[in-house]
Amino acid sequence: MAKTIALPVMKQKRWVPWLYLLPAMIIMSIFILYPMINTFGLSFQNADSTASAATTCREGQPCWGVFENYRYALTNELNMETPQTTWESFWISSYGNTIKWLLVMVTGTVGLGLIFAVLVDRIKLESLAKSIIFMPMAISFVGAGVIWKFVYNYGTSQVQIGILNAVITSLGFEPVAWLSKIPLNTFMLIVVGIWMWTGFCMTLLSSAIKAIPEEIIEASRIDGATNFDIFTKVQVPIIAPTIVVVITTMVINVLKLFDIVYVMTGGNFGTNVIATRMYTEMYTNANYGRGTAIAVILVLFIVPFIIMNIRRFTKQEAMR
Amino acid sequence: MTTVTISKPISKPRKRHHQHSNLGTSIGIVIILIIWIVPTVGLLVTSFRPLSLINTTGWWTALNVNNGPVSAQHPDPNASYVEKLSTRFTIDNYVDALTGYRGTSTYLDACASGTKPLGMNCNITDLLNPRGMGRAFINSLIVTIPSTILPIIIAMFAAYAFSWMDFKGRYAIFAILVGLQVVPIQMTLVPVLRMFAGMGINGTFPAVWLFHTGFGLPYAIYMLRNSMSSLPKDLFESAYLDGADHWQVFTKIVMPLTTPAIASLAIFQFLWVWNDLLVSLVFLGGSKPVMTYQISNMVTSLGAGWHLLTAAAFLSMVLPMIVFFTLQRYFVRGMMAGAVKG
Repeated sequence: MAKTIALPVMKQKRWVPWLYLLPAMIIMSIFILYPMINTFGLSFQNADSTASAATTCREGQPCWGVFENYRYALTNELNMETPQTTWESFWISSYGNTIKWLLVMVTGTVGLGLIFAVLVDRIKLESLAKSIIFMPMAISFVGAGVIWKFVYNYGTSQVQIGILNAVITSLGFEPVAWLSKIPLNTFMLIVVGIWMWTGFCMTLLSSAIKAIPEEIIEASRIDGATNFDIFTKVQVPIIAPTIVVVITTMVINVLKLFDIVYVMTGGNFGTNVIATRMYTEMYTNANYGRGTAIAVILVLFIVPFIIMNIRRFTKQEAMR
Repeated sequence: MTTVTISKPISKPRKRHHQHSNLGTSIGIVIILIIWIVPTVGLLVTSFRPLSLINTTGWWTALNVNNGPVSAQHPDPNASYVEKLSTRFTIDNYVDALTGYRGTSTYLDACASGTKPLGMNCNITDLLNPRGMGRAFINSLIVTIPSTILPIIIAMFAAYAFSWMDFKGRYAIFAILVGLQVVPIQMTLVPVLRMFAGMGINGTFPAVWLFHTGFGLPYAIYMLRNSMSSLPKDLFESAYLDGADHWQVFTKIVMPLTTPAIASLAIFQFLWVWNDLLVSLVFLGGSKPVMTYQISNMVTSLGAGWHLLTAAAFLSMVLPMIVFFTLQRYFVRGMMAGAVKG
């Protein structure tokens, strides 16, 4: 069967489709395609893009020639005195932190989303429960940042007005400065991300679970399967393709994540991620060369997902 | 001709599962829900408390009328509980946040005392104070409305062409567009910033409108195309037999029939722009502060206490919350399809 779904009967002049397409294509070329190519070029130039990045090399310092901005982007946060210090500094660099975000936030949101999807399916007030979990999706990262900064508030006085430290101290522990204590602070930020995005994962996974035919569940129940067996051996394998889609979506989201870190710690106390570091270089330090080099590194991480997205689309089209 | 049929279970209204619910699960879920909602409740409660109480007592003790500093106590120790309670809640935080008042008193008290606070007129025009959330709310609306309408209109034309017109490269161009959906905003910031600087429109509303339109398009076209191409073919054939051309089919048939998809898309784009920080930070900055910018500024700079922050944050959440709770179905649908954008 031909892939085309356009109507053979409704012939038009050759230029008519382009008339419909032109506004969109012009705007996307100006604001997405051209800037992407331009960013790539700028990443090989100096701070204000007036000369090659190679000119920023300093005597006696390591230099990667025109790749100087990439050297800076990749190695500047590292303390390379010994392998030990390199390793330690990597894990509080923007790359190490981005890896932490990827591992913890993706497993957190997808894992919790999956568990909630199954549990909530079994209770009476299903839609209310789902609304509550999904609600954080509606608010901004900035709003969420304020909400959680207050939860994490660290008071030096006797009274803790942040609920987390109030709970901790009432149990007899010392209050904790959640947002400035390395490496704990990055994980506290990730909690905010999980709070915001679990609802999204839950909703997608829940609709996949509901699409499983009832007969399959009933059959395994008759065979003596427990709820847990049904979850791990029936439901999860069947919805595996959806889980993969949710995971890739979350990976892309986490890579681009900027607001939570910017609002809650400003990237200080070793909480920088790739996206906030790019902003700092580009805007605070006004170094376009370094900023764009970091952007290119970020996009390199995302390229596999761009290809995957297109592949998935091609497959879907073939099935229509 | 081969046809691919995807077998789909016929979905009956589902009433199953409930028989399997047990007490343990229910309690577990209730605990989870409480954990999920407590941070937001804390924000809401705090935003109605006076600063002296916020800083000295936990918000969860808000119903206790006897704690806190002496200055916060009710002057009459024999006053009833309700009387005492009513002095422990206030809307001053919202007034201060809206007007951008940053003094040691409250906006209303300061104005009532006769000496106008610095930069304030003590009348309705204070709502437009550039430091206040009132002005930021208006700026957010000015940013958001065109940034929602423009991309959708442009995308509708393109989506129609991709769905029901025949042209060379249709498939390839659309595949590129699918890839563009995932491109991070960071990849385009610097060149666009320089372009806008060259045009002299940095820090103006049209700059953000254009940028959001550009970045909204790939997903908008993708989503509308999915919806338009699933319309039945017969519709188009009979329209053609009646002598309709593409323009008539587009305006009279396709547009009305894709209204639900347009609604989902509009809600998604509206909230995306409303909640965005990065784009307004880079292209508008402090010259035309939007709500997210204003709040992030209050967080990072000193001088704004929790009373202002919580009130400001809640003000920025009011509109998304209303949209979420009234149009939840469209909202979820739009969110699901567009989660990887920008």
